[in-house]
Amino acid sequence: MKKVLSLFLAVLMLTGVLALVSCGSGGAVDLTVGAVYIGSQTEPAGYTYAHANGIKKAIEALKKEGYNVKLLVRDNVPEEDAAVTEAIDALAGQGCELIFGISFGYLNAFSSAAEKPEYKDIVFSHATGYLSNETNFNNYFGRIYQARYLSGIAAGLKAKANGVKGQDNKYHIGYVSAYGTEYAETCSGINAFTLGVQAILGDEALVHVKTINTWGDPQKEKQAAEALINTYGCVVIGQHCDSAQPQIAAQNAGVFGCGYNSDMTESAKDAHLVAPIWNWDVYYKLAMKTVITDRTAFMEDVGNYYGGLKEGFVDISPVSKNCTSDTQDKVDAVRELIISGEWDVFSNVKLSFDADGKVVRTESALVTNEGKTVISADNSSYYVLNDAGEPVAVEGGASAVDSIIKGSMNYFVAGIEVEND
Amino acid sequence: MVLDILAGFVYSIIVYNIPLLYGTVGEILNEKAGSLNLGVEGTMAVGAIFGYLLGCRTDSLFLGILTAAAAGALCGLLFAFFTVTLQANQNVTGLTVTTLGLGVYYFVAHAVHSRSNWPMMQDCPSIVKGFSEIHIPLLSDIPYIGKAFFSHNLFIYLGIFLAVLVWWYMKHTTAGLRMRAVGENPGAADSCGVNIPRSKYLHITAGCAIMGVGGYYMALHINGEYLASSGWINGYGWIAVALVIFANWNPARAILGTFVFGIFKALEVYAGSIAFAFPALFGWLKAVPPKVFTALPFLITALVLVLSSARRSKKSNQPAAIGVNYYREDR
Repeated sequence: MKKVLSLFLAVLMLTGVLALVSCGSGGAVDLTVGAVYIGSQTEPAGYTYAHANGIKKAIEALKKEGYNVKLLVRDNVPEEDAAVTEAIDALAGQGCELIFGISFGYLNAFSSAAEKPEYKDIVFSHATGYLSNETNFNNYFGRIYQARYLSGIAAGLKAKANGVKGQDNKYHIGYVSAYGTEYAETCSGINAFTLGVQAILGDEALVHVKTINTWGDPQKEKQAAEALINTYGCVVIGQHCDSAQPQIAAQNAGVFGCGYNSDMTESAKDAHLVAPIWNWDVYYKLAMKTVITDRTAFMEDVGNYYGGLKEGFVDISPVSKNCTSDTQDKVDAVRELIISGEWDVFSNVKLSFDADGKVVRTESALVTNEGKTVISADNSSYYVLNDAGEPVAVEGGASAVDSIIKGSMNYFVAGIEVEND
Repeated sequence: MVLDILAGFVYSIIVYNIPLLYGTVGEILNEKAGSLNLGVEGTMAVGAIFGYLLGCRTDSLFLGILTAAAAGALCGLLFAFFTVTLQANQNVTGLTVTTLGLGVYYFVAHAVHSRSNWPMMQDCPSIVKGFSEIHIPLLSDIPYIGKAFFSHNLFIYLGIFLAVLVWWYMKHTTAGLRMRAVGENPGAADSCGVNIPRSKYLHITAGCAIMGVGGYYMALHINGEYLASSGWINGYGWIAVALVIFANWNPARAILGTFVFGIFKALEVYAGSIAFAFPALFGWLKAVPPKVFTALPFLITALVLVLSSARRSKKSNQPAAIGVNYYREDR
């Protein structure tokens, strides 16, 4: 029995030594990163793919700078606290110093893990959420509304060039959205798109929103786009949902559209204009590099991340051949304004273009489609709507705007028509 | 304008819900032969993925349909082998076929997609042409009605033709009568010389082939766009199982049932449009949460089920021996 045991121990030690040797051959690891995915890490497209691809690109970029990052993944983790905590424990146990969670529902598990004393040296980073702490837990998201504004400009220009108006003498534009005011993310996207359209068409534009109550369902997305075209005579279809079906429906009906998430021109060659897109690798690289260089400075240097056009975190896909010839110039002009910080979408200044294509700024109040003022024309007061739909003044003015766009925006701006809400 | 919206609505009901008819007719063939096959969802998914991939590779709609039917039939053979030959529990086997079918669907789709040689339907001219709308002469020229009912793609007409064909087969042929006998009382049918296993194998396989074609249609209708987050069949197979009850195991009535279920399913998206078109009559639709429309077909099915069993109606066509395996030595 003793012989067997000693043999077993010998084999165990040998394998241990071998394992150490094989580890060493990969070069010193500067950082071990953990990632918790909602879908499968090998998915060929979609939300998890976007993040997995972003992390992969960030690691490759860091490698070129001489940093060796090791990635450990737990995928197909459902939005249940027990499952997420288990995934975090496993990643922490394997030595991860930075753990990303990509889905909104991981919020509580990430928050409580960050508070555990044994994990105080690990940085937790949670996408799309709103919780954080001062030492090792942040959230990250992007100003996709800026990209949506730019796509709205492309849509407005196309509608104008197309020239088809409804009986009410307005340009009708459709928008297939996963949800409406329930999520600030969808709500701010629809508003930004509409404001972009209005930069070209002013109050001659009417944006019709159809919500489908799911982030992705190809059948419903297609059907919703068809219904918008068929019912209101929409000439451009914007979207906030996963598939390219709204663009395909637009193409079948001979109208145009703005996709989302990826350049959908390939799916609808004759219809697609531009699509707002995410560059997740921009954030992932920043987060990883900060932890490598100075982990303690993470919350100071990165903090709660809300990158936009300026950081290259969000953008629009290349202007397609279906866009009008002046689209590129006008989009670039507004992009400049946003990147330089001179102007942003949700403000008291409305943009338009003069005959020479120059940007004209006009001070005017931001008003909801129910006629309530959200930002006054003189920029002196900001409001959100409470549950009863009454405007409530917000403390802090401009500094409060980000939190409204991210978390509490629950109204549609004037010029939007929603069917059911 | 208003009529345009209405015609579009009816058109939409038909093109989005015809797969339900394929699933239902296929399932009726299964159930009428005494086999409760809960594998519809999986069978449709398998038919869809193989039909789409092979059809696009060869740029042939006919081959695509054939492949989808063959792939569906294979799922049927699997189900039949387990439940008829090995006498396994039908419910469990059916659920297994669904799980397995969806697994095969994701596995194959995933493998092809991640090697980035996913075939694009728009690059297959003869499939696009074969799938385009066929305008029935004269009838399709009728304003509004023509657009709603007589300007559809091949699969719509084929689905209705199949439903009528299966109805006629069950009602007016000897083979159909025998098959119904197998579903009602296999022991009696056996004593009359009906080959029970053969009849079951045949009808399960044929029914599943029809389901496979329905799945293929769903793939083509969205241009074969593959999303990792949601499959092509998206619960249609389950609705078909419910629709069988609603249609009272009658393939011809399934056409009507598909349309009724289709109205509710289409209203999930179209309610706002209908409210816009008929503000006085249907303005209230705007206030109905869309989830209600999602649930309605199932609520109605439950109601039909409760009513028909409460009345112990003679009219119910539910096969008496459904879900029960037949083992000759048990008699």
